Amino acid sequence: MYLGRVIGTCVATRKAEGLDGVRLLVVQPLDKHQKPKGDPQVAADTVRSAPGQLVYLVGAREAAQALEPAFVPVDAAIVGIVDDLTLAAAERSHS
Amino acid sequence: MKLARVIGTVVATEKHPAFEGRTVLMVQPLDEYRKDAGDAFIAVDHAQAGVGDIVLVNQEGNGSRQLLGTIDGKLPIRSVIVGVVDEVSVA
Repeated sequence: MYLGRVIGTCVATRKAEGLDGVRLLVVQPLDKHQKPKGDPQVAADTVRSAPGQLVYLVGAREAAQALEPAFVPVDAAIVGIVDDLTLAAAERSHS
Repeated sequence: MKLARVIGTVVATEKHPAFEGRTVLMVQPLDEYRKDAGDAFIAVDHAQAGVGDIVLVNQEGNGSRQLLGTIDGKLPIRSVIVGVVDEVSVA
């Protein structure tokens, strides 16, 4: 699983059936210091997150398992809204 | 499995039910000399690991499901800490 920040929303009317009713959000993956890492992606939301929030996501096959019913065609799903992320002191000094 | 150091804790109140009651940690992958190697990621703890511990992380869905169990046959968890390392020795 990995850290990300929700940066926007995505609406698609024409899409595969499994995606009906799936809330899609634009997420910027982050590194351990909460700096952007890689390109933004679109992820399925399972926790009612909103733009601006720090979240964690699961990718690959397990992303589809976060949704009802499973085997929805997604490869990224938001599975938690982060209240607190605390890094060890040794890591903080490198940011 | 990957060798990694536990470098932080992640707390979330709003989360998928699969993560309820589970400790979620941030881990930094290491090479065989315990130097940082690759990007940090998030894993669910199943070995009572703590910040600073060197751990083994399994990043494979089937193994995670077998270890943690499933909810309605599903589990959206990929990375699980499966052991705390006492020693690594390489030639």
